[in-house]
Amino acid sequence: MADYLLSIMTFFPLLGMLFILFIPRDNDGLLKGFTLVVTLITFAISLPLAFDNAFATSGGMHYREFYEWIKIGSFFQMNYSIGVDGISLWLVMLTTFIMPIAVLSTWKSVEKHTKGFMALLLLLETGMLGAFVSLDLFLFYIFWELMLIPMYFLIGIWGGKNRIYAAVKFFIYTAVGSLLMLVAIMFVYYYAIQSGMSPANGFGILEFYKLDIPYHAQYWLFLAFGFSFAIKVPMFPLHTWLPDAHTEAPTAGSVILAAVLLKMGTYGYIRFAMPLFPDALPTFIPLLATLSVIGIIYGSLVAMMQEDVKKLVAYSSVAHLGFVMLGIFAMNLQGLAGGMIQMVNHGISTGALFLIVGFIYERRHTRLISEFGGLAHKMPIFATIFLIITFSSIGLPGTNGFVGEFLALMGAFEAGLRWYAVVATTGVIFAAVYMLWMYQRVMFGKITNPANENLKDLSSREIAIMLPLLVFVFWIGVYPNTFFDKMNPALEQFIKQMESRQVAMVEVQQPEIATLIEFK
Amino acid sequence: MENLAQEAIQNVNLQAIMPSLVLCCFGLVLLLVSVFSQRGKTTHVAWLSIIALVVTGFVSLSGWNNPQAGFAGSVVIDNFATFFSMICLIAAALTILMSDDYLKREGYPVGEYYPLILFTTAGAMWMASGTDLMTIFLGLEVLSVSLYVLAGFFRDQTKSNEAGLKYFFLGAFSTGFMLYGVALLYGVTGTTKLDGIAEFVRSTEGVSSDLMFISGGLLLLTGFLFKVAAAPFHMWTPDVYQGAPTPVTAFMSAGAKAAAFAAFMRVTFVALEDIQDDLTALFWVLAVLTMTIGNFIALNQQDIKRMLAYSSISHAGYALVGLVAWSDIGFSGILFYMLVYTFMNMGAFAVLVLVGKQGEENLTVDGLSGMGYKKPFLGIALCIFLFSLMGLPPTAGFTGKFYIFAAAVDSGYIWLAVIGVLNSAVSLYYYLRVMVHMYFKDPQEDFSWVSINPATAISIIVSIAGVLWLGILPGPVMELAKLAGF
Repeated sequence: MADYLLSIMTFFPLLGMLFILFIPRDNDGLLKGFTLVVTLITFAISLPLAFDNAFATSGGMHYREFYEWIKIGSFFQMNYSIGVDGISLWLVMLTTFIMPIAVLSTWKSVEKHTKGFMALLLLLETGMLGAFVSLDLFLFYIFWELMLIPMYFLIGIWGGKNRIYAAVKFFIYTAVGSLLMLVAIMFVYYYAIQSGMSPANGFGILEFYKLDIPYHAQYWLFLAFGFSFAIKVPMFPLHTWLPDAHTEAPTAGSVILAAVLLKMGTYGYIRFAMPLFPDALPTFIPLLATLSVIGIIYGSLVAMMQEDVKKLVAYSSVAHLGFVMLGIFAMNLQGLAGGMIQMVNHGISTGALFLIVGFIYERRHTRLISEFGGLAHKMPIFATIFLIITFSSIGLPGTNGFVGEFLALMGAFEAGLRWYAVVATTGVIFAAVYMLWMYQRVMFGKITNPANENLKDLSSREIAIMLPLLVFVFWIGVYPNTFFDKMNPALEQFIKQMESRQVAMVEVQQPEIATLIEFK
Repeated sequence: MENLAQEAIQNVNLQAIMPSLVLCCFGLVLLLVSVFSQRGKTTHVAWLSIIALVVTGFVSLSGWNNPQAGFAGSVVIDNFATFFSMICLIAAALTILMSDDYLKREGYPVGEYYPLILFTTAGAMWMASGTDLMTIFLGLEVLSVSLYVLAGFFRDQTKSNEAGLKYFFLGAFSTGFMLYGVALLYGVTGTTKLDGIAEFVRSTEGVSSDLMFISGGLLLLTGFLFKVAAAPFHMWTPDVYQGAPTPVTAFMSAGAKAAAFAAFMRVTFVALEDIQDDLTALFWVLAVLTMTIGNFIALNQQDIKRMLAYSSISHAGYALVGLVAWSDIGFSGILFYMLVYTFMNMGAFAVLVLVGKQGEENLTVDGLSGMGYKKPFLGIALCIFLFSLMGLPPTAGFTGKFYIFAAAVDSGYIWLAVIGVLNSAVSLYYYLRVMVHMYFKDPQEDFSWVSINPATAISIIVSIAGVLWLGILPGPVMELAKLAGF
């Protein structure tokens, strides 16, 4: 079992999808129940990863699987090569964890073509898990593109009014970026072959890390990979597809988009773009860090002015991912760990925010802030949960958001990105402004709109959806070491690997501060 | 003179033309069968022609790894010819499967249709195995003349007539150019044999600046470029594709294109190998032009058959990228791509055969609104074919494009690969537009649907199987394509 754990986990949803095709299309309950069971089993399959202590002791790849897949004489070899390390571990867990929640959120909100919706969700899960565990660029690319198709249909069929525009925009933005990456992948492969690498390695990245690609080639390759991932993150100014896609997507789609798909971009940087082209990285760091900071400030300012709650959350995503990127580009342990944990945090808190928006949208069929006010009187449980998630999104100490943002900013400050960190810190204040202001307008005050008089508080199903998320808000907020312990060896190895390439690295972490942050 | 004739007779090797010979014999027999069968009852002719194609397939396979040359070396059956023959046979079989019901629906249940398909296939196979400009020309003519008739097969319909006539006139001109090119080449080199021309080019200094040689070569290439619908010789494509009966369009876009590419490749790689540098520069420009023109004009098409016509132009451009690369990978990449293109394009047209109402009035993008819900099977099938045409994994369109662009990168044409993938990006829009209508728009009220018939369903299922198989496990077939190299 353990030998094939990753494969079973990745393809179990796909198997479930094939079974779904045989369920009658009008049996709504069975379709949803079956999908829930499939995603729960997938989560159960992935659980041993989270409890495996091997991640805490060694930073390398675990659960490796390697098979020859396509072999064409002396031309090409593509391998089915997968594995997971401390970097991808928590993203894999986040994916399997968030999927049952996303399925539960569809209970009341998806009523047409349920069969298609569920089939696409499961296909999407296979795509996401596959992309996180791939250690072969060709395989990664296939899973990467595989995610595109289900999301396109999820937005286009079950989305809001402007769904067609949003779906096509999402598809074309992402595909254009990845097509350029494809050419770069081919180039890396041929460079590897020409510099004497055995074709048996195929497109395996672990060997590609050792390549000595000349700087001018790395420059272009980093540009191609970085462009593709920057669209996915999304970084300013390539972010314009995100508010559209988020706003139009159905709740489950928004949750997955925010929680997992955006992480593909940041994960892509840390797994592919940066270690494959380390010499070109210093050239791009000022640009990328600047764009991250602009993203933080710009995302926050635009979020502040939104009238639609969902759009507000969408723009806050742009800001949050700016912190992640800044932390990663700091290239020290605090920064990287902060960026990594912030990826998980953003998945939890922004996913939760989209669920919350979904709850009130199901009740009122509007998302305009001006339509609400005083909801706290009628929905006390909802108000409490919403407040906790709001704090987590702002980054209040004690919640998960604080740990991630603080470490990311600290890392950037320690590294050569001091002034970037200083400017980015104002983003935390802005976050408090737009989140609290929104919360105040929606939840506090008197009920002015008679339509809000008879709103029901959360049902037990809705509370059950939110509870696991709340657990992690506090778990990561109070005792993040559970997560850092399994992440750090991989990150240390990553830093060592980058240093060994004589990258102009700035001062590595100072232990006492790290201890302070980690609540040891 | 006597010696020459004797030599020719001694060199006759019927083995070398056996596949097309078998196919032509079947075609003649089927002509007779259809004469003696009742009007309107043509199903048995269709099934007999499928049998003919299968038998020919087996005969043709005997040439794999067992090259046979005949007729004083003007015809050869080698792996290359066999591979392309199989593509043409598959294309023809899929065409016939989707034709029977379609012809009845459109009111032309005429048995002669099937022998014509067999003849045009025989011509295509002949083209792939010709090693002499004259035999290639003969194959081209057999292919084309049958296709002219097929394009105008609906003789009462203006559109079909226009398609047939336009194809005939323009095709006649292009073969005229080509023949003139052959004459000029013969004038310079003194032979029409491909290896003879290659020998002459190799042994003669400064032949690539000889005006007569250049004009001859260019005129010859014009003929091929016309047939593969490469820009700037693509003007006939949209009108002919739109007007011709849909299964014929399908065959033209896959089978005829593959045959033209086969001859094109053999001429360039065998006869003109020594002026490679000049040719790749030319092909570079042509590839970029063809991809770009095809994709950008397709963006604005309302009629789906026209859109697929422009898409077919752009796909010729992708295949030309493989020619520019001029390497083993690029070469087998084209072979593989032609097979992939056959499956995905034939599949898309097979769906259109079922979607088009009588008279094909409604083959517009708008006409497909809501189709995904009314006909789930056809909807999913068309989606798979469109994703494959876009070049998205895990479909064959992706692996096909991957090999071709990888070949370009390998040979150092990185910018060409970049232009190629950017073109793919442009193409996303018009393929997506079809899906937007199929799934994201509400169905039209007054849509009458043709019921799905088994034969067409088989052709769709075979195409889906091909697209997914070549997309997920392309290894074995790619290996065959590699063995089919020169």
